[in-house]
Amino acid sequence: MSVRQFLDKIHPLFAKGGRFEKLYPVYEMVDTFLYTPADVTRGATHVRDSVDLKRVMTYVWIAALPCMLMALFNTGYQANLAMTSLGMESAPGWRGAIINLFGHNPWNPLSDLIHGALYFIPIYVVTIVAGGLWEVLFAVVRKHDVNEGFFVSSILFALTMPPNTPLWQVAIGISFGVVMGKEVFGGTGKNFLNPALTGRAFLYFAYPASMSGDMVWTAVDGFSGATALGLGALGGVDAIREAGIGWFQTFFGFERGSMGETSTLACLLGAAFLVYTRIASWRIIAGVMVGMIATSTLFNVIGSDSNAMFAMPWYWHLTLGGFAFGMSFMATDPVSAAHTNLGRWIFGALIGFMTVLIRVVNPAFPEGIMLAILFSNIFAPLIDYAVIKANIARRIKRHA
Amino acid sequence: MEAYINLFIKSVFIENMALSFFLGMCTFIAVSKKIETAVGLGIAVVIVQTLTVPANNLIYTYLLKEGALSWAGLRDVDLSFIALMACIGVIAAMVQILEMVLDKFFPALYNALGIFLPLITVNCAILAGSLFMIERDYNFSESVVYGVGSGFGWALAITAMAGVREKLKYSDVPAGLRGLGITFISAGLMALGFMAFSGIQL
Repeated sequence: MSVRQFLDKIHPLFAKGGRFEKLYPVYEMVDTFLYTPADVTRGATHVRDSVDLKRVMTYVWIAALPCMLMALFNTGYQANLAMTSLGMESAPGWRGAIINLFGHNPWNPLSDLIHGALYFIPIYVVTIVAGGLWEVLFAVVRKHDVNEGFFVSSILFALTMPPNTPLWQVAIGISFGVVMGKEVFGGTGKNFLNPALTGRAFLYFAYPASMSGDMVWTAVDGFSGATALGLGALGGVDAIREAGIGWFQTFFGFERGSMGETSTLACLLGAAFLVYTRIASWRIIAGVMVGMIATSTLFNVIGSDSNAMFAMPWYWHLTLGGFAFGMSFMATDPVSAAHTNLGRWIFGALIGFMTVLIRVVNPAFPEGIMLAILFSNIFAPLIDYAVIKANIARRIKRHA
Repeated sequence: MEAYINLFIKSVFIENMALSFFLGMCTFIAVSKKIETAVGLGIAVVIVQTLTVPANNLIYTYLLKEGALSWAGLRDVDLSFIALMACIGVIAAMVQILEMVLDKFFPALYNALGIFLPLITVNCAILAGSLFMIERDYNFSESVVYGVGSGFGWALAITAMAGVREKLKYSDVPAGLRGLGITFISAGLMALGFMAFSGIQL
C-alpha cells in the first residue's frame, strides 16, 4: 500500500465527525508535507504559483544545508582539536561512548562529522520536538493548520546555538520563540519579530552563562576559548591574527562560534540560493552590506586610541561572528522585514549600521547582529509607513 | 559639545523612557493605535519635556536646593523636600500656559494636538524627566539637552509602537489576549530589541 493510499484510507478518521477530528491539523501537516494539495482557488481571478508556502519553507531549509554541514563538521573539528590540545584520551558521557569508537583525530573528517553530529542533532531534535509540540497544540486548540514556518524557525534556531548549550535551555528558548514570538500573534506571517531570533535573544538574556563567554563555544567540558569576534573585541584584528586565525579561516568557518554561523562561505551560498529562488530580497542583503561597510569605514576614519574595534575593516566584520548568517537567513525573513522595496534598503542599512555600532561601541555585547535585526524588526512597519506616505505625496504632486 | 551629544544619545536610546524605564505606559498603550496620532502625541511630549525640564531645573537650583536661597539671605534653608510637588505644579502650569498660548497664536497646532496636551500633564514620563534631572544633578544646559532627548526617545518609542500595532491589525490574536494583552506583550518584545543599547558607556 502506498503512502498516498494509506493517507487516503485514514482520512475519514481525521475528517469532520471522525474519531481524531481534533488532530486534523497534524494529519493535514503530514499530508501536505508529503504531497502537494490538490485544492486550487476557485472563482475570481487570483495569482497562481506552483510554489506554495510549504515549498518556500522547504527551500529555506535547503538553503541552510551548507550551514548545517559546516555546523556538523566544524563543531566536531573544534571539539577534536580541543580534546587533542587538552590531551584527553576519551570523552565522557554517552557521547563519549560513541565518539571513542571513531577516535578524535581532528584531521579525520568522519570523526569530526560524527562528533559534531552528537552535539548538533540532539539540539535540533529537542528544538523540533519542543517547538513542534507548541505548534501542534496551538493548531489543534485554535483550529488552524500547522504553520510550515516552524520548519524554518527550528533549523535557524538550532544553528544559532552554541554547541555546549544545555538541552533544557534549548527547549525553553524555542518555546519562547514559538509562543511569544509567533503564536500569540496568530502564527506564521502575523508576527513582527523573527521567532528564531526572539528565542535566541531570550536565552541570551535569561542564561548569559551558557550563551556567552569563553566556555561555551567548544563542545568539550572545561575547555576555554574565545570566539574570533570575542578576541577582536579585546584587541582588534591584531589579537585575532596573534591567535593564529587568518581571514580565510574565518571566511571558510574553521573557528569557534555558534554552530551554524561560523562559515561565511556557507551562509553566502545559502543567500545566493534564496535570492535565486526569490525568497529572500536581494535589496535587504545589499542594504545590510552597504550599512555595514559604510559604518565600519566611518569608524575606521574616526579612529580611537582605547578601542581596537574602531580599526576593524569591513571585510573582517563580514566574516566574524554571525554577521553573514544573520544577513542571509534572519534579516531576509519576509514576514518581519520591511515590505516596500525602498523600505528594504533602509531596513537592511539599519541592520548593518546597528550591528557595527553594537560591536564597536557596546562593551556589553561582543556580537550585535541578533539585537540589530530585532531592533530593525521593530522599526520595519514604520519604515514602510514612511515610504508609502512619501510615494503618495510624490504622486499627488505629479498629478496635481 | 561631545558631552551634550553623548547625553542626547543616552537619553534617546540607552535610557529610553518608555522601553527601558517603562514610564508613561498609560498613554504609551492608550494612544498608540494609529501612527498619525502617535506622532502628534510624540511631538507634544517633546515640546512639553523641552520646556518643563529646564524650567524645573531653574526652580530647583535657585529656590529649592540646599543653600539655593542664599541670594535672598537665607543660607541654611533646604526646600528640596517639596521638589516633587513643585515639579508636578510646574508641569501642570506649563501645560496649561502652553495650551492657552497655542490656542491663541497657533490654532492649527492646537487643534492637531487636541486632547493630548492635557493628557500629558499626568504622563509620568514627563515627571520622571524632571526627577531624573534633579537626581543626576544636571546643570541648566544639560537639562535642556536631557529634556529634548528624553522626550524624543519617548516619541520614537510610541511611534514605533504604533507602527507595530498597525501591522498587528492583520494578525489573529487569541481572543483572551486581544487589545491590551497583546499590546503589553508587544511592548515587552520591543524592549527586548532596545536591549541592544544597554551597556553602552558614553
